[in-house]
Amino acid sequence: MATLGELAKLIRSKNAGPFVMTIDIMFADQETYEKVKKSGILNRQLIADTYQISENQVQLFEVDNCFAYKASIPRPYFQGDILDSDSHAGQQYAPFVDMEVPGT
Amino acid sequence: MPDASGKADEIRILAGSGVCGAGFREESLEEGMGKKPHFIGCDGGSTDPGPYPLGSGETAFGRTSIKRDMRLMLLAARKAKIPLLLGTAGTSGGKPHVAAAKETLFEIAEEEGLKFPLAVIHAEQDKEYLKKRLKEGRIKPLDPAPEFTEETIDKAERIVGMMGEEPFLKALDNGAEVVLTGRSSDCAIYAGIPVREGIPEGIAWHAAKILECGAASVEQRKTADSLFATCRKDHFDVEPLDEDLRCTPQSVASHSLYENADPFRLVESNGTMDLSTSKYEAIDDRRVRVSHSGFEPADRYTVKLEGAEKVGYQTIVIGGVRDPYILRQLDSWLATGEANIHKRIKDIYGDSITRDDYVFNIRVYGRNGVMGPLEPQKELTTHEVCLILEATASTQEMATSIATVARHKILHEPIPEWSGLITGLACTYSPAHIERGAVYRFNVNHVLEPDDPYEMFPIEYLNVA
Repeated sequence: MATLGELAKLIRSKNAGPFVMTIDIMFADQETYEKVKKSGILNRQLIADTYQISENQVQLFEVDNCFAYKASIPRPYFQGDILDSDSHAGQQYAPFVDMEVPGT
Repeated sequence: MPDASGKADEIRILAGSGVCGAGFREESLEEGMGKKPHFIGCDGGSTDPGPYPLGSGETAFGRTSIKRDMRLMLLAARKAKIPLLLGTAGTSGGKPHVAAAKETLFEIAEEEGLKFPLAVIHAEQDKEYLKKRLKEGRIKPLDPAPEFTEETIDKAERIVGMMGEEPFLKALDNGAEVVLTGRSSDCAIYAGIPVREGIPEGIAWHAAKILECGAASVEQRKTADSLFATCRKDHFDVEPLDEDLRCTPQSVASHSLYENADPFRLVESNGTMDLSTSKYEAIDDRRVRVSHSGFEPADRYTVKLEGAEKVGYQTIVIGGVRDPYILRQLDSWLATGEANIHKRIKDIYGDSITRDDYVFNIRVYGRNGVMGPLEPQKELTTHEVCLILEATASTQEMATSIATVARHKILHEPIPEWSGLITGLACTYSPAHIERGAVYRFNVNHVLEPDDPYEMFPIEYLNVA
């Protein structure tokens, strides 16, 4: 079984403004993208479980024209607040890198 | 538009860089000028560096790097006699940011012997105006939003409005050839002129979205650089200006993902871009044609607000823990240590301060220092951790006093396995504490409904000579 990290050409996270963060999982070609889609692994429940938030806080998009998945969630703390630990939200994608994709 | 009579067949746009101060290759700017752009645009800001620049009035990039970019763009625009539009001056676009950028612009003009009509558009909002609109129910929260009351307005260091393209166009209509603004929508810098020249809104706004990040939409970004777009009636073409860089359909399409919550719908003051139907095709191996992008006009014109307030002053201590006995009971060890810190603060200050007057926090790198509550891995698996002891209070003196107490308490906090005095924290520096100065927080995520797109953005006209 291949991991999301092995299949993706880029997995990243970033602020979408100071109040929301967004995770992009991008694949190099249609074939790989469709394979991941078919596995059904990337869904709102998985994102919610990974971050321990409720499913209704997760927005998930399949962006077919660039072979990408995108998830957006509210930040646990607003950017730069006293308890915020990642001002750019740049390292919040890490738990997805080693996830195994069934059927690959 | 100096060279446009009636509606143009195409509008050519040169984006200097993603941010004024982040830089671009001088050769790229020259290459772009060779393609005869109708105007040059560049924004100077972002909320990306956090609340500090907005709160403190400082800029995220150094003055020298901003001046370098500004000088090259100004010289190019003056030589070709085309407008230069500089949005969001000095990172945040408040009064001190605009003042600093204006001073830099005047310095360059003097050094280079340039003369031009300048418009400076202000975006920092008058507090009484905001209170009036709040009372009228014309300030509405976005999701998620902090509470926004009269008190929020009073406590704010500053609140800026994000202008649309209308104030830019008004300044040009009144004769300005260089426009320097406070906080503006990055896309508005680029969309106003093509839309007015007859380019459909969907095409112009999508081109603007690609342009506003400079060369970020290329396949393998080496460094910040310029970008060129040509808008026509039913499409726009985009190309990098460094011959080693390539735009591909995927690289341009994927740029709509960057820093947006929703990849298909991007909200501006006067409407929403709809990129769900956009088509991307390669013209050759480094240029991309984009078509079928839409724009839905808004029912109501809105201006996004950004604000920052001072949280207090902060002092931190950085140290590490390596003792396996301590690591095995890290949580309880830190909890006891923290309780002892609060007790000691009470001994020192008595009733003059309460727990509400300061915030003490311990970050544990090696466990959840990066992800905090989002961290799915709960067990500690490393042989050492880094601790940041962090005190925030209403004065620097108090924050430092708490941090130094914290260092001492954690340093010698006992564990049952050892008898006798232990030293459980490897402090990195002497002095162990670092004063971080004032810290700020974003306090607004709201939009304001003005009577028109101009009332929040007064324009100052100047002749630079």
